[in-house]
Amino acid sequence: MNPFASGTRLRDMIRAIRACKTAAEERAVVRKECAAIRSAVSENDNEYRHRNLAKLMFIHMLGYPTHFGQMECLKLIASAGFPEKRIGYLGLMLLLDERQEVLMLVTNSLKQDLNHTNQYIVGLALCALGNICSAEMARDLAPEVERLVQFRDPNIRKKAALCSIRIIKKVPDLAENFINPAAGLLKEKHHGVLITGLQLCIDLCTTSAEALEYFRKKCTEAVVKSLKDVANSPYAPEYDISGITDPFLHIRLLRFLRILGHGDADASDCMNDILAQVATKTESNKNAGNAILYECVETIMSIEDNSGLRVLAINILGRFLSNRDNNIRYVALNMLMRAITVDTQAVQRHRATILECVKDSDASIRKRALELVYLLVNESNVKSLTKELIEYLEVSDQDFKGDLTAKTCSIVEKFSTDKIWYIDQMLKVLSEAGSFVKDEVWHALIVVISNASNLHGYTVRSLYKAVQTSGDQESLVRVAVWCIGEYGEMLVNNAGMLGIEEPITVTESDAVDVIEIAIKRHISDLTTQAMRIKDIIVQYKGSLVLELQQRSIEFNSVIQKHQNIRSLLVEKMPVLDEATYSGRRAGSLPATISTSNGAAINLPNGVAKPSAAPLVDLLDLSSDDAPVPSSSGGDFLQDLLGVDLAPALSQLGTSQTQKSGTDVLLDLLSIGTPPAQSSPSTSDILSSSLDNKISVNTLQRLSSPSALSGQASLPAVGSPVMDLLDGFAPNPAAREDNGPAYPSIVAFETNSLKIMFNFSKAPGNPQTTIIQATFTNKSPNVYTDFIFQAAVPKFLQLHLDPASGNTLAASGDGSITQDLRVTNSQHGKKSLVMRTRISYKVNNKEVLEEGQINNFPRGL
Amino acid sequence: MLSDYMLLHVFQIHFVLLISRQGKVRLTKWYSPYTQKERTKVVRELSGLILTRGPKLCNFVEWRGFKVVYKRYASLYFCMCINQDNNELEILEVIHHFVEILDRYFGSVCELDLIFNFHKAYYILDEVLIAGELQESSKKTVHRLIDAQDSLVEAAKEQASSISNMIAQATK
Repeated sequence: MNPFASGTRLRDMIRAIRACKTAAEERAVVRKECAAIRSAVSENDNEYRHRNLAKLMFIHMLGYPTHFGQMECLKLIASAGFPEKRIGYLGLMLLLDERQEVLMLVTNSLKQDLNHTNQYIVGLALCALGNICSAEMARDLAPEVERLVQFRDPNIRKKAALCSIRIIKKVPDLAENFINPAAGLLKEKHHGVLITGLQLCIDLCTTSAEALEYFRKKCTEAVVKSLKDVANSPYAPEYDISGITDPFLHIRLLRFLRILGHGDADASDCMNDILAQVATKTESNKNAGNAILYECVETIMSIEDNSGLRVLAINILGRFLSNRDNNIRYVALNMLMRAITVDTQAVQRHRATILECVKDSDASIRKRALELVYLLVNESNVKSLTKELIEYLEVSDQDFKGDLTAKTCSIVEKFSTDKIWYIDQMLKVLSEAGSFVKDEVWHALIVVISNASNLHGYTVRSLYKAVQTSGDQESLVRVAVWCIGEYGEMLVNNAGMLGIEEPITVTESDAVDVIEIAIKRHISDLTTQAMRIKDIIVQYKGSLVLELQQRSIEFNSVIQKHQNIRSLLVEKMPVLDEATYSGRRAGSLPATISTSNGAAINLPNGVAKPSAAPLVDLLDLSSDDAPVPSSSGGDFLQDLLGVDLAPALSQLGTSQTQKSGTDVLLDLLSIGTPPAQSSPSTSDILSSSLDNKISVNTLQRLSSPSALSGQASLPAVGSPVMDLLDGFAPNPAAREDNGPAYPSIVAFETNSLKIMFNFSKAPGNPQTTIIQATFTNKSPNVYTDFIFQAAVPKFLQLHLDPASGNTLAASGDGSITQDLRVTNSQHGKKSLVMRTRISYKVNNKEVLEEGQINNFPRGL
Repeated sequence: MLSDYMLLHVFQIHFVLLISRQGKVRLTKWYSPYTQKERTKVVRELSGLILTRGPKLCNFVEWRGFKVVYKRYASLYFCMCINQDNNELEILEVIHHFVEILDRYFGSVCELDLIFNFHKAYYILDEVLIAGELQESSKKTVHRLIDAQDSLVEAAKEQASSISNMIAQATK
């Protein structure tokens, strides 16, 4: 019956839980206990409330839900005795947080306890308020706390001071009420009060300019004196930590001085001497001393300039950096990073040591060091630093390679002065850690290569060599394949040799060997190799990888059936516009790539415009079922290159190179691969730039992916090119064979009724197809009350617009149209399918017709 | 007003975490608001991050833009989460300060003490930190305050048991 005899039972529960061998057993014990507690709660059991809450707290720590105990905390807090209140407040802080409504109910109890005659109860209330109070509670209880900051008992004063910090964080307007009481705390001798008082003053200064001004005027000297006192204090066992009297107090005094001295020359002057003393006299062989030095350096770096002190501070950091303790080195790197804004030269002096830290075995240190190196790079040291970083790339941990690669690439891009250096470094990075290189980085590399016409030969040969040794680096293979595709002839005939190059002999066969089908853009130039390429294409026509199969079939049909446009299709890529690309990377420019030379054929993106059907038919340029790999959103090179190499590298093993080669093939035609985003503005640009309609040679605009993705393809774009390709008229039979893209279909036909579906795509959303249904009456009788209904499986969403009418004139003499919108959540994987139900009246007789439509074009 | 650089310096411990080497939570104290779900996630993430680190490495891990300072004492990891640019070395001292107080209170503290007397560990923490700030640098003062409160509880216990004895006697 003893309400305080709960200890044993709590113990029993803990023992029972600890004895559980499996999670399931534990859950069972907890469930049983919770059930007992719940019933005690509902019976409003007073005797064991205290013990039950203790149990709940333990259960809570194990991660089980305990919300039903929240009200129990409030009841215990409201009871009279200290033991109940103590556990009640503990439960409140543990089980609740400031966002729970229940918390408001405790405000009144808190208010009473803050005014309690028992100082320990006041202490409990202050502690709870300081740890979890909400803005409303802060407002309600601020006057009590303000009074308690000046209470006679120092242990209440210190709790009230920290509680005030929470209050002014929640309600900054209340700050000014606390300025005077806080200033009073700075005169204290009691360390606890002084520490908390300083902390309160620091927080007041960060919230209120008025407070800062006040403390700066009234307290700077007193704080300096306090620091002198504690720094020079004789041994004080109560506060001593490894030979230093109260490092916590030291640290807070230094911190407050930092705020007072920042931006104020007079205050800074006032503290120079003591800072110099702390910086030079503090024992640095133990952590406590280093913690003080840390704070001292921070203060020196923040207050107004005093070059003598700065030298001291930088020297301390230098010592930290060469310390053997990992903690100290970590801290040094961190602080040097902040010091760099103050004195770059001084930090540069430690460059070699910092670079060593990049190679540390501790991940935290490596990360810090790398960030610091990144900040230290400038024009004069970039080459040596890059060299070091790239060399380290070879041996670094796998999980550090990502960071290291990104930073190295970024440095190379940012500081490259000549293109050849840039290309060389990037190739090295790609060879070492190609799989860690972000897409936009190697895309940028291709843009640069494309613009450096004098380096095409050099680059393609370097890549050829690199791929031989590092063929497993995906991004490297991508770049290599692209370049060999573009500049293959320079590889074979050693064109554009630079002085520094060793000539190499690469035959056409070698080129094809290496990448198996590093297809040249100019199919017509291929003579003997053409057969091999054909073989490869034919071989992959049966591939199980959808992408490969589709592309192979496309190429096959290009080779076999479209002699006359073939050379146009495989023309050399126009030079990519560097400015536009970098602008786009910066996110500021719309996506178009314009060119100034080269007879590029302009392939419109053929995405799903019915009007573009012939072209689409023959090449299936829409290729909307081509999954865009790692879609970085509208990257045009992604489009150019089309397909993800990853599956090839992982799945195909030995034949990986073939796949790479196929990619080149793919990218010839994958122009329409729809990427993720589109910007409306792009379309405008395209349309306006395409006034020049007919001539292929003047259509030198390559649709960019964002434009593509927009299904953009305004009719304006679509039709001229279509016209032009119509001229080359593939025979109609070929059309159907090659995978039709959204021709109209007869969805339903009986002797009496015919339904035609026309398809178009919603702009900006490849998943959505707009179907225009046209109903025609083939019978001699008029249909009335004509209703068309449709149902689709779950992966589709269907929306029916109202029909144009409900009366269908006889003998095909007029029709009803109705728009349907279908969104395919499995777009690219599943085709559309639909059940229909048509009801109408003929001569007042109900007719019902049902059907299933399975002949939707693929890829909708 | 203060510059941005200074405003970054909000000194506060966001939470305190005691995890056993097996990843069991022995104490959690949240000074910044985290929902129950977030708390579980934080504990899981940090256990994965900290328990796997080798013994010679530094005592800091960077996590979600914060920094977690941890120190291992026997089978327990004491972790405190602070802002990026706070004084990590000081936090190590705060952890040690707390551990020494626990040690003295329990008399050579071990994990079992903290399991069966978890509430006492919380009471002690509440005398060391409030609102994520250090409250008292004197271990002696903390002990004095805890002892005084413990004896208040004892006194209440005795009183209650004597009352219940009297009631029991009277109703015999």
